[in-house]
Amino acid sequence: MADTSPIFQCKDLKIEARPWDASPIPIVKGVTFDVKPGEVVALIGESGSGKTTISLASLGYTKPGLHFSGGEAVLLGKDMITIDPEERRARRGEHVAYLAQSAAATFNPALKINEQVTESAVLHGHMSQEQANKRARELYEALELPDPDRIGGRYPHQVSGGQLQRLMAAMALVEKPSLLVLDEPTTALDVTTQIEVLKAFKKVIEEEGSAAIYVTHDLAVVAQIADHIVVLYGGEVMEQGPVEQIINNPSHSYTKRLMSAVRPTPSAGMGEGATGEHRREVPALEVKHVTAGYGKGSDGKPAVTVLRDVNVSVERGHVVGVIGESGCGKSTLARVMAGLLPASEGEVLLDGDALKPALADRARNELQLVQFVFQMADTALNPRQTIGEIIGRPLTFYHNMTGRARRERVLEILRLVELPVEFEGRFPAEMSGGQKQRVNLARGLAANPEVLLCDEVTSALDTIVGANVIKLLERLRRETGVSFVFISHDLSTVASFADEIVVLYAGRVVEKGPVDQVLSPPFHPYTRLLIASVPEMRVGWLEDTMQTREAMAGISRGVTITKVGCPFFDRCPVAIEGTCEKIDPPARVDEHGHNHVIECHRQIDELGAPGAAQSAAASAKKAKVAKKANGGSAAAAKAAPAKKPAARKPAEAKKAAPAAKRAAPAKRATAAKKPAAAKKPAAKATPDDLQQISGVGPKIAGQLKTMGITTFEQIAAWKKADMDSFNEQLKFKGRIEREQWVPQAKKLAKAKK
Amino acid sequence: MSDTSATADQGPNPDVYDELPDAPPKSRLRLSTTGKVSVAIVAFWVLMAFIGPWIAPYGESHFIEDDALGNPIDDPSFMLPDMGLHVYFGTDYIGRDVFSRIIWGARTTIGISFIATLLAYFVGITLGIAAAVAGKWVDAVLSRLVDAILAFPNIMLGLIIIAAFGSSIPLLIFLAGLVYAASVFRIARALGQDIMVQDYVEAARARGEGLWWVISREVLPNAAMPLATDFGLRLVFVILFISSLSFLGLGVQPPISDWGSMVRENLQGLGNGFFGGALASITPALAIASLTIAINLIVDDISAQAGGSLAKKMT
Repeated sequence: MADTSPIFQCKDLKIEARPWDASPIPIVKGVTFDVKPGEVVALIGESGSGKTTISLASLGYTKPGLHFSGGEAVLLGKDMITIDPEERRARRGEHVAYLAQSAAATFNPALKINEQVTESAVLHGHMSQEQANKRARELYEALELPDPDRIGGRYPHQVSGGQLQRLMAAMALVEKPSLLVLDEPTTALDVTTQIEVLKAFKKVIEEEGSAAIYVTHDLAVVAQIADHIVVLYGGEVMEQGPVEQIINNPSHSYTKRLMSAVRPTPSAGMGEGATGEHRREVPALEVKHVTAGYGKGSDGKPAVTVLRDVNVSVERGHVVGVIGESGCGKSTLARVMAGLLPASEGEVLLDGDALKPALADRARNELQLVQFVFQMADTALNPRQTIGEIIGRPLTFYHNMTGRARRERVLEILRLVELPVEFEGRFPAEMSGGQKQRVNLARGLAANPEVLLCDEVTSALDTIVGANVIKLLERLRRETGVSFVFISHDLSTVASFADEIVVLYAGRVVEKGPVDQVLSPPFHPYTRLLIASVPEMRVGWLEDTMQTREAMAGISRGVTITKVGCPFFDRCPVAIEGTCEKIDPPARVDEHGHNHVIECHRQIDELGAPGAAQSAAASAKKAKVAKKANGGSAAAAKAAPAKKPAARKPAEAKKAAPAAKRAAPAKRATAAKKPAAAKKPAAKATPDDLQQISGVGPKIAGQLKTMGITTFEQIAAWKKADMDSFNEQLKFKGRIEREQWVPQAKKLAKAKK
Repeated sequence: MSDTSATADQGPNPDVYDELPDAPPKSRLRLSTTGKVSVAIVAFWVLMAFIGPWIAPYGESHFIEDDALGNPIDDPSFMLPDMGLHVYFGTDYIGRDVFSRIIWGARTTIGISFIATLLAYFVGITLGIAAAVAGKWVDAVLSRLVDAILAFPNIMLGLIIIAAFGSSIPLLIFLAGLVYAASVFRIARALGQDIMVQDYVEAARARGEGLWWVISREVLPNAAMPLATDFGLRLVFVILFISSLSFLGLGVQPPISDWGSMVRENLQGLGNGFFGGALASITPALAIASLTIAINLIVDDISAQAGGSLAKKMT
């Protein structure tokens, strides 16, 4: 590859959509960039930015309905747009290959893998079947696939998702193309799988010396694999340059915004901070010794057990994050809580009362208090109902609201989730993905629940749109006091939003506790693997991570559900042979922490081994600095463009780390003064004169104080349930003014500010 | 662009780079030129079904006996078109006006088919959705029953039942309804099963909604569009089915005019050459063809507008 002339040149490329009943709509508005030999160019931007459309232009292809309207897409000296169709067809596969996002959809389930990998080479007549098989075997080896001699003989469903993604790369590379187009190849994967695929891609691209266009919205991934970045928005190039420059020193405001939407690396200190003031003796929702699964076995137990003896409790007003790779039983847990899947053993408690396992037996008010928000807003909203009907139905169903009252409440809820009230009359198909997800949340909130079960609500969304939804959730939580069970495979999202984390692996809770403690040593080995697998936005992270022993032991292996012992046994770097796979691990309580439990045969102090935790601890420090710089999440929401991701200034971060640690409690104290942070520890806030609220005398104020309630904000954040519980404890009932405390407290809190 | 947060009353984050522009509202159904012509044809026949008897020159069983001057005609069968007599398509094998009988026949043919299709839809959807929602043994029993009906060729089943009970219009309607309810059942059940596993149905169940709500508000509205499209096609099949039975002499009985029986009655005219009586069987055949093809084209248009997804669901 001595020739340094570009392999692919995009020259002022313009693509437009031509609807048959309207004037053309430009989709790509004059994009210019080069791909040099051996170079990986990343196209980044959110959906709708035209990145996939541009990448497809390298094949001389547009999606149906789109047309090239100007410019050139020159591949090896020939414009792929104006080229003779026959020649274009010959060039596809030979000179340029395309890797689609979903490997599962790309492979034909009825044919063996090898046939599909070698098909294009043999079909084009470039290789004989034997040569192609040999080449495929080389690629399997280069892509570090297990058992390269035989994997080609399997069917697509017989290999894991990560392996299939790599096999797809083999399919694209079999003809040694000069240019490889990768369209979001890791977006749908778990973090651990993503690492394995990224590593293989990077290696194979280096070895093969082919150039690549890498399409993604994930900056952290780009930092690992790209040499050159092109930032797109609305079909235009916002900024382009070498990876170091874009990552470390972005100049365009849109790039900065994209960077700020990247979730910071998960680390201690990111949580909202669990406090005790909303806590009562009884958790809002509790799952005790639950075993559940699918199908019906002969002995009345499920044929496939997904959850095994799971205990989780959701305190009132808290956010419990549930994390784990796909197939770990996260969604199953939420379905058990909602009653959609009756548990075969164990019980679900709401406010301390056992719920019937099956949905049909639960009372309507019990259903109302636990609401389920589905992952895919596209399918969770009935396409034949308007937004008003969708949000209004829970109001009628649970609260008997009709007519004007119902309509007003619907509009109120729309405002709450930051949607324009005109959306009331729209159908779901007339909204964007993020807007639909907001409606999905709004429907859950309309029931006025105590617990909202959010199943991967941001996973299907773009970085920026997802970040906005998280901001919304944070606000909703502050304003409504609803408890959340927040399920995600994305540790960063969970860490930024939850108070407590439950780490689920193969249907077992392997670790749980407050965010700070779960994300700082001691770790369960699985938690450590998860934390280590989250990409950091710095060049060279991938190589560093692959050196850790967690990665060596745990990457490239799938989740297996076991009947006894610790299911993580086969991926664990510190497994004890003969014990871990046979005996259920004991729950060990971290005595330095607070409710921090790790289920492992190893002792707590073994799990906190300092060497292994370095990376996590380092990132913890960085995140604290970032948090300090931003002054809390509420302010961060407004100052988004100014927000600087922690990873960008590691040097500064290290210097400031000790100071930040000291500053952390102080930050919380100051935060409590802002109305947004009403749930911060009361003891650190200035007490208010609660007697300003009519109905509060010295006696009640005293009682409130013993409960830790000293500020207006705390009362302002009360929900009806809190009021009721307080009424019970107060022992003298019937005072009407008490209903008015919350609005009064809100006013006073505002006045104070 | 960012009117999501800009127009929201309390959008805290009005940002230039917020979520994508809103999707444009759905456009109304637009028909292609063939679609428009088809609509005109169908509308014409439906109009004839309603007002035909009042505009037809003769009654459906009126024999032409006299010519325009009032002189008796020797052999009124298979007469040539005669504008003076208002016999535009000639007469049939026993001397009745073909033009009038086609107009009268529109009412019989379309009326019977339409009522039969409605019946098929009512029975098919009710049972199909019931099978999809209830599942288990209800589904198994109904499905096997339907399989049994579908195992017979439609015409064969028609022959057997008509042979047993004798032909009458109510029986024809019942028969066509029964035969086609089986295929409607299949479609409704498949659609219902598809919809029952959607998240929005699960969301409704999680909310605690009753079965009736789930069926009437969640399942039916989403099955309505594909079913409505299929209704057109099914109507065509029923028209052809009734016409076939009539052609075999088992359908609509004389003297009531029906396009299918008209084709059969005048078959002998085909041998006499185009002006020797062929018109008497060709014109009703053309009437059947024009109506069924036009309905088909409309369905195609609707299906294409729905992005072809309907066509996929109906295979």
